[in-house]
Amino acid sequence: MKIAIPMDENKLESNVSESFGRAAYILIYDQETNESLFFDNESAESRGGAGIKTAQMVIDKGAGILLAQRLGQNAADVLKAAGLKVYKTIDGSAKENLEAFVTGNLTLLDDLHPGYHSHGAGGH
Amino acid sequence: MNIAVLSGKGGTGKTLISVNLAAAAEAATYVDCDVEEPNGHLYFKPNNVTEKEVAVKIPHVDPALCSGCRQCVDFCKFNALAYIRDNLIIFDEICHSCGGCVMLCPEKALSEKDKVIGKIQKGISDNVEVHTGLLKIGEPSGVPIIKTMLEDQRHRDQDSTQVLADSRHCKCEDPRRRDKDVAQALVDSRHCKRDDSSHHDKKPIQAPKVTLIDCPPGTACMVMESIQDADYCILVAEPTVFGLHNLDLVHQLVTLFNKPFGVVLNKCLGDDHLVDEYCEERSIPILVRLPFDAELGRLNAKADIAVRKSEKYRALFSNLLERVIDEVQHEATAHS
Ligand code: SF4
Ligand code: SF4
Repeated sequence: MKIAIPMDENKLESNVSESFGRAAYILIYDQETNESLFFDNESAESRGGAGIKTAQMVIDKGAGILLAQRLGQNAADVLKAAGLKVYKTIDGSAKENLEAFVTGNLTLLDDLHPGYHSHGAGGH
Repeated sequence: MNIAVLSGKGGTGKTLISVNLAAAAEAATYVDCDVEEPNGHLYFKPNNVTEKEVAVKIPHVDPALCSGCRQCVDFCKFNALAYIRDNLIIFDEICHSCGGCVMLCPEKALSEKDKVIGKIQKGISDNVEVHTGLLKIGEPSGVPIIKTMLEDQRHRDQDSTQVLADSRHCKCEDPRRRDKDVAQALVDSRHCKRDDSSHHDKKPIQAPKVTLIDCPPGTACMVMESIQDADYCILVAEPTVFGLHNLDLVHQLVTLFNKPFGVVLNKCLGDDHLVDEYCEERSIPILVRLPFDAELGRLNAKADIAVRKSEKYRALFSNLLERVIDEVQHEATAHS
């Protein structure tokens, strides 16, 4: 199974990003090969719908599991349609979270945030 | 002649001023573009109200035709589309109705369907025609409603004055051809941008009627849409530290749009030096100072129109309106 994690820096020792759609990188960890790859998240800078596009990318990279702090409603809808399971991360690095996941210490994320797509100051 | 009234935040008296200016004119149209919270009609209490819905086009997919090429997903700038497990998912509330994906789809699997996002009410209140835009809760943008209201206005102006007929008509070519660049051009042309007013910017020399545009608060795209056609912008501000900050934001906006403008100070308590200094440094005219006045407060609280209740305020707002009209006509001669 491949596990995806949103990251602000491309290091396993760095903390998990607070945001999903706006994370700079998506880490894909392959449990079978023990390989970690970081992908640039192009939607980090996009105008709205970032969560949808990031979710699409996670799915296209073949991930079956996502570890994240929180998730917008739209991203959650996309991931749900693809049958991904989302687990809530704990404070700490990507590495620590992967270990916590493997040892069964992460819980499923179900308190999904409503999406933010208002046109606040700055416009689009 | 279009006069836009704007402020950096709500509650500064933007509606009070636009409503009273419209009431002070001989004949005026009042257009409430504050579509999330339109209040002007509460003052005008218009009669003979008619209503029309405003819809935008959003894509609809025929799964039997979709080949899963994902060109539409890659194209959509707003990320309103996702392709998951052989299904195209469309996020209606993210879609900005650019129409690009529909034009682009090589299988013709996408078609446009209407989605109602709000409505426009029109009614009469003595000398004022009252237009009110109402956006449905949860809709991402009121721009299409504002656009519709102001286009109505533009067309009417065209009918009534020959001067306007040629100068204001938008001659953008209809880019409904199925290739990617053209689709992109359409996205750009339909999406609100700060500088796309250039093809509407000829001003009338002699306008038949005054239109007051009550803008949404702030400086986001709905405000930009509202002031695009304005011949003059009135910036409403309070003489406080916060008021100054908000004034600075709208000042930047109207400067960017290259609109003639002036400031109306509301709720003045006698010490306006903060705003005075700001305006003096930048040579911004202060058109009028409205005192913090119990009578005005009382009329406003009862949703009465001060101009219609008090000679003092009729004189004040008539003067303000005259001054603005003078400035616009001066601008027009200076630039023609
Ligand atoms: S462009 Fe048309 S055929 Fe291709 S994925 Fe989109 S809807 Fe389907
Ligand atoms: S109409 Fe434009 S904004 Fe809407 S889904 Fe299609 S490409 Fe995206």
